[in-house]
Amino acid sequence: MFYLIQLLNAVQYGLLLFLLSSGLTLIFGIMGVINLAHGSFYMVGAYLAYWLAKLTGNLWLAIPIGSVITLGIGGLLETMIINRLYQRDHLYQVLITFGLILIFEELRSMLFGNDVHGVAIPAALNYSIPLTDTLSYPLYRLFVTGVCLIIAALLYWVIYKTRIGMMIRAGNSNRLMAASLGVNVPLLFAWVFAVGTALAGFAGAVAAPISSVFPGMGNQILIICFVVVVIGGIGSINGAMIASLAIGLADTLGKVIAAEYSAIAVYLVMALILLWRPQGIANRA
Amino acid sequence: MIPITLPRPLLFIALVLLALFPLTGSTFYIQLGAKILIMAIFALSLDLLVGQTGLVSFGHAAYFGLAAYALALISPKYEAANLWLTLTLSIGIAAFAALIIGFFVLRTTGVYFIMVTLAFAQMLYSVFHDTPLGGGTDGIYINVRPELTIAGFKPLDLENPLQFYYFVLILLIVVYGLLKRILHAPFGRALAGIHLNEQRMRSIGFPTFGYKLGAFVIAGALAGLAGYLAACQFGFVNPDILTWQQSGTVLMMVILGGMGRLHGAVLGALAYVLLQEILSAPAIVGSFAKHWQLAMGSLIVVIVLMFPRGIGGIFDVALRRYSYRRQTPVP
Amino acid sequence: MIGETVLEVRGLRKNFGGLAAVDDVSLEVQRGALHAVIGPNGAGKTTLINLLSGDLPASSGSIFYCGHDITHLTPDKRSRMGVGRSYQKTNVFLGFTALENCRLAAQSRSQRPLHWWRDAMSDHAQLEKARGALVATELIERGDEIASTLSHGEQRQLEIAMCLATEPELLLLDEPLAGMGAEESQRIIAVIARLANTHAVLLVEHDMDAVFQLANVLTVMVNGKVLVTGAPSEIRANLDVQNAYLGAADNLP
Repeated sequence: MFYLIQLLNAVQYGLLLFLLSSGLTLIFGIMGVINLAHGSFYMVGAYLAYWLAKLTGNLWLAIPIGSVITLGIGGLLETMIINRLYQRDHLYQVLITFGLILIFEELRSMLFGNDVHGVAIPAALNYSIPLTDTLSYPLYRLFVTGVCLIIAALLYWVIYKTRIGMMIRAGNSNRLMAASLGVNVPLLFAWVFAVGTALAGFAGAVAAPISSVFPGMGNQILIICFVVVVIGGIGSINGAMIASLAIGLADTLGKVIAAEYSAIAVYLVMALILLWRPQGIANRA
Repeated sequence: MIPITLPRPLLFIALVLLALFPLTGSTFYIQLGAKILIMAIFALSLDLLVGQTGLVSFGHAAYFGLAAYALALISPKYEAANLWLTLTLSIGIAAFAALIIGFFVLRTTGVYFIMVTLAFAQMLYSVFHDTPLGGGTDGIYINVRPELTIAGFKPLDLENPLQFYYFVLILLIVVYGLLKRILHAPFGRALAGIHLNEQRMRSIGFPTFGYKLGAFVIAGALAGLAGYLAACQFGFVNPDILTWQQSGTVLMMVILGGMGRLHGAVLGALAYVLLQEILSAPAIVGSFAKHWQLAMGSLIVVIVLMFPRGIGGIFDVALRRYSYRRQTPVP
Repeated sequence: MIGETVLEVRGLRKNFGGLAAVDDVSLEVQRGALHAVIGPNGAGKTTLINLLSGDLPASSGSIFYCGHDITHLTPDKRSRMGVGRSYQKTNVFLGFTALENCRLAAQSRSQRPLHWWRDAMSDHAQLEKARGALVATELIERGDEIASTLSHGEQRQLEIAMCLATEPELLLLDEPLAGMGAEESQRIIAVIARLANTHAVLLVEHDMDAVFQLANVLTVMVNGKVLVTGAPSEIRANLDVQNAYLGAADNLP
């Protein structure tokens, strides 16, 4: 039973990572931009959820509204700054998005301060399912897992089964070709970026009751997302899913075996994969 | 684009300024100066990787911090440690870490490389942050600075800020000279070739992995030197020294200053530290001082968008008239 | 003067997914001979060169260089053994001078001590080798120019010069005449002809005039396979070859 709980936790964490990493890997695969500030959108979503929930007393409203606002911020950022980075060296992308992180962190500090804030689980979900005499599992976590699965399925459907998804994958391989086929590439890119950040924001919003909101939360999880993208291969949604779940397992297993070293477990997995397949698991290139 | 060598007269003037600067007296400025010089060494070490070889490492703080922790862990609690011993050990540990990590990360290229260097540095951060090694989040104090003795005689008292400054200055000059030598030497030329076209380098017979690993280790060792000095000066080491923000900061110094130019790295360090001091000084910016990172972040975005070649790049235009072109362009 | 076999290729194959870009190719090149590989576009000629230089790993088959099996060696190992390769798309170090390009190539051969301390320009032997390569490709006058400022033809010459500076025994030349005008072409053709006397040369080219001028042996490739190998006069008269070219609706660049 104990292991069931750990497995559920691992899957939940893995799916959350997937939401974040899929945005990151798509943005990188399609637009060739490495966006360090992606984690900041996770934070934005989380803080918006916290603030809106406090304002309206209703987390059910806060999450979608927060996600939409994040979408807007992401879209704005893309059209103002990110779209200048497409042809640039990765080095400059790293630097500019690093500057963006500083800006986001400081704005957060100015608006919400530096304390850790809890976010209340909505009453309907504030319940633990009893599994044995002594063990139970929080319903909210199952809810998060379920929601993430739905979104993941939606993502797969869009990318692999729709015309838009085809355009996205076309833009992935050849921007000029896609443009000559009539695809409005700048608009497509703006939307891809905005949706990617919205996914991150959504992930932050739903995770907020579990992890609380705190300074630096976005950057911490961003680095794990990098590990996911490295293992899964850039641009690969499949890879991101496999890697996210693997990392979720590694992290949870690490916590069970030796709590202090759990963070290191994730990086060790990455190191092993690097030895075996430096170009990522699912990458055909 | 031909990188330009700083003409001798300018170099000499810069040296003189650096040497005379601390005689203005104020301890605060002397210590600030030493901090800038230490950061300059750190930036120079990364420039070898980023500017010269084209390896964008986003985890360079790992070696900086590792050497600092090494000193903190080896130093006796209330006595002065031996400088030669501790310095060698700290640099050795940093270099060894660079060897191991380099072996893994250099299997990747491009964006992957950026991400895995970041990840490995974060791993080290986790080690020092989550485990009791090095005092965890509390960190360790270095109560007494190491002692520099040569055959029983103590030429410099490192506790004295002025003497510490000169000690660091001498080391900076040594590092600068060393890197210049390396860049002009066949090894450095090979690194430049790898930067321009690694595939072609392999095609003409260079085992490029070995060269990249060599550069990575040298850069790690020099970063370790800077970290050791930083720990000496600050007297306290905690996990903040290994954060990805630290890696980002030094990367910024290299780029702001203009990459591929040694003097650019030094300029970048100078510019960044001064900027940080100015932006976080209540006397200058009032109550906005505690939000200096907002201004810093905005400045970075603006500067990188407008000046892709950095501050050193702005200098280039002026320097071009006075510099001499060698047959082989070297930074 | 045709000498011993320098390159021997047996049953070389490269699969991309289900497609065999190079399908069971075998050929030989002797020292002092120039072996040209021709064929319509998409025949797999550049893939073949990539397999021989090591830029692409083979799916099956073997490559022998002076009797050694180099099939699984990395490009830099092959280069150090004496295999030199020039690229179809100019692949020189654009930021360096022509002389520096060649000096760096020559440097790959010397692993002197204090490799990280001595000034690179102080190695006169290396500079001589570099100059020699530039002389052999008639580029010596432009030695001090930055490669990006050279004309297209001169860059193609530099491609070959870099190759030469590594003192190879086998030259793999991938469309050295690509994009060159008539006069420039003649110059390069003369250079290659001279080189063919002392080296083993495998030449991939579309320029039929050049090919028939230079080659001792021709291999015609179609769809990854070898159609026929023989002397130029035989190939010219071969009906299958004519069909292959007419069928592909292109026989001259």
